[in-house]
Formats: sequence, C-alpha cells, structure tokens
Amino acid sequence: MSIETPAVKKSWLTPFNVVVGLIILIGAVITALRFTKGLGAVTNLSDNNPWGMWIAFDLMCGVALAAGGYTTSTAVYIFGLKRYHSAVRPAILTAFLGYSLVGFALLYDVGRPWRLPYPFFVQSGTTSVLFEVGLCVMLYLSVLFVEWMPAALERLGFSKIRNFVVKLILPLTILGVILSTMHQSSLGALYLIAPSKLHPLWYSGYLPVFFFVSSIAAGLSMVIFEGTLSHRYLHDKMDETYLREHDEVTLGFGKGAALVLAGYFLIKVVGITIDDNWHYLGTGYGTWFLVELLGFVALPCFLFALGVREKNLTLIRGAAVLTVLGIVLNRFNVTLVAFNWQLPAAERYFPSWMEIAISLYIVALGLTIFTFISKNMPIFYEHPNFKEHEPPDLHEHKLKRHPQTFGH
Amino acid sequence: MENNFYTLHDFLLYTKGAAYYLMGAMLLGIFGFWHFMTGRDEENDIK
Repeated sequence: MSIETPAVKKSWLTPFNVVVGLIILIGAVITALRFTKGLGAVTNLSDNNPWGMWIAFDLMCGVALAAGGYTTSTAVYIFGLKRYHSAVRPAILTAFLGYSLVGFALLYDVGRPWRLPYPFFVQSGTTSVLFEVGLCVMLYLSVLFVEWMPAALERLGFSKIRNFVVKLILPLTILGVILSTMHQSSLGALYLIAPSKLHPLWYSGYLPVFFFVSSIAAGLSMVIFEGTLSHRYLHDKMDETYLREHDEVTLGFGKGAALVLAGYFLIKVVGITIDDNWHYLGTGYGTWFLVELLGFVALPCFLFALGVREKNLTLIRGAAVLTVLGIVLNRFNVTLVAFNWQLPAAERYFPSWMEIAISLYIVALGLTIFTFISKNMPIFYEHPNFKEHEPPDLHEHKLKRHPQTFGH
Repeated sequence: MENNFYTLHDFLLYTKGAAYYLMGAMLLGIFGFWHFMTGRDEENDIK
C-alpha cells in the first residue's frame, strides 16, 4: 500500500473531474434559480404531484442505498463477523454521505427549507409517520457522524478523543440498527395513507416490511458495488488487510444478499396473495410489476446464489449492480410510476430536466466528497498508530465465534 | 377470472388460506435454494 502521495503530479483534467465539474456547475446555476425563483421555476411539481423526482431519487433511493452502513456494522459488531471489518469504514462513509445528501436534497424540495427543524423544536406532529421518519433520519445522521469520526480523528492525530469515540461504537451500532429499522420501514409506511392513489400491485399492508427488507438487500449490494468501484479507482489507498478481505466480503455479502432477496421475493408474492391481486398481473401495470419482480429481484437473487455456488465474484458484482438498479426502480415505481395511476396522462408527473440535473448534481457532490475523504483519511487502510484499537463487539467476551455463522 | 366475495370474512378465509399453502411451498423452496447455493461447499468439505 502506498499512503504517501506519489511524486509524479497528475493532471486535474481527468474525464471524471471534467464531467463531475460540469454537472456541479450546472447544478449551482439551477440551485440559484430554485432559491430565487421558487419551486415552480425549476420543477414540474403540482398539487396532484407534490412529491417528485427529488423525493423518489434523492430521498427514497438515497436512504435505501445508504443502508450499507447499518448492515455492515451490524454484521461486524453485533454478529461478530470480524472478517468483514475492513468493509465497515467505507460503508459508514457511504452511509454518512448518503444521509447528509438526503438532508441537503430536502432543502431543495421543501417549500420553506428554513423550517426544516420545526417538527423537532417548534411543532412536533407526534402522530405523523413523516415526523417519525424525520426524527429517525436526523438521529441516525448524528449516529453516522459519530461512527465516521474516528477516521477524521486519526487523520488529525487526536488519539484521546478518538479512543473515547471508539468505545461508543457498539452502543451506537445498536442504536443505528433500531433507528434504521424504524425509518427504512416508515418510508414505506408513508404510502399506507394513499390506498386509492397507489396501484394495488404496489400498495400493500406490508409496504413497511417490503421497504425494510429491500433496504437490507440494497445495503449489502451497495457495499459490493462501492467496493468494486473503489477497488478499481482507489486501489493505491488500500492496505493489505483490505485487499485480502475484499473477495471474502464480496462472497459473504453476496450470500447474505441472495438470502435476503429470496425472502423479499417471497413476501412480495405473499403480498399479492393476501390482497388477491393476481388478476392485475395481466394488465400493462402487471407486466411492469413482473419486470421489476422477476428482472430485478428474482434474477439477481439467482445470480447471487449462482455466483456464491461457483465462487464467481464477477457474477456477484453483476448481481449487485442489478439489485441496486432494482431498488431504484422499486422506489420510482412506488413514488412516481404507480402513484396517481388513475389520473389522465395529461395530469401525470414527469420530472423537468432541471430536477434531473439537481439529482445528478447531488450524486456528483457525493462522489467528489467520498473521493476526497477516501484519499485523505484512513478509510481503506488502518492508520499505523491505531491498529490495535479496534472497538469491542458483543461476542468478544461472552461467546466464541462460530466459523459457520453467515458468510462462507 | 371473477371472484365473488360476499363478506370480508369470506375474502380473508380465501386469501389467507392461499397464503398458508404458499408459505408451505416457500419453506420447501427456501430449503432447495439454500441447498443449491451451498451444495458445492458441502461437496468440497466431504472431499
């Protein structure tokens, strides 16, 4: 591993930097338009469709795809699967940035963004599911910030504070699982209030369960996907431990994702059965539902299982990409495609190019910050001064780890 | 196919009954799935 910066200076004008820079520039212009001219100037939102692209992609997909943080830290610190330890920091960083950008995106979407803290400090709507989502996301963002802090403190050399924060990791992981379980499911529960607006194939009393279970698959797949990209573009920032454990993480998380997707597929079928919605499968919406269920749930589930069986890491990585796309498709279907399905075509919502540009702008910001932090903090390598100071896990004192627990 | 349900009880009896059969099939399905996914591990362990 080479932590030191190479002596040869590389040009900043890489294709990645140019494209990302261009997106950020366009995003900055639209940001100015949004906050000077209002929502109407940049979005196609209406009274029929007050939640659009920014809720579907930035919030719903953002939260689901940031689930890698709680799934990985749970696997390592609560289930005691220490062989996946090197995946924790990248996953926590991805989750922390994901949730931060969810909050950032909300500033664009909420009509009066300066009132975003009102539900917590001024006027709490304690009977509202949205209040619970907001509270959980705010608390979990704080938890992720503390979980991410050791990397920054190690970089700054604040060893005493760092050692204190590391002691908090286990209770914070437990709190993080509770908060994630609550708000991942509550995002689905938001739609329980609109049975007449959401197509019956996507509407179900089990929506919270669907959202929660699919978020686990999304989290596991994102760790594999993000690990693959990092392995390719940030290889020089990885130490031997990370590189050695990388394949094992892919294989173990692939097995976990296969099982979770199998469970998700089955409960989706139970959802159709319980509501007796089989006859809708013959319609246009039914075909689209089957594309989502078979093409982006059943197929990656099978590919994950085949990849694990054959120890084929390429297949597992492909399945992870398909799963991530499937989760994005599902959240888009619930929030946009199958929502207001009975309205005439002229009143249906389609995002404006500026809404899409802002979503790309937020992704570009996330990528830039992730790359910056990964290059400047011990994310893919252990800081040489702190190698012996790992946080304790639940199994450390009471239970002896069993080699067959989860993974391979 | 058109289903005529006269009461909520009839509807739930029908759908929950179907779900129970389905869950039995799923139990077998998950067993087969696990066997498919980890079959090679067991073969390698025996060798």
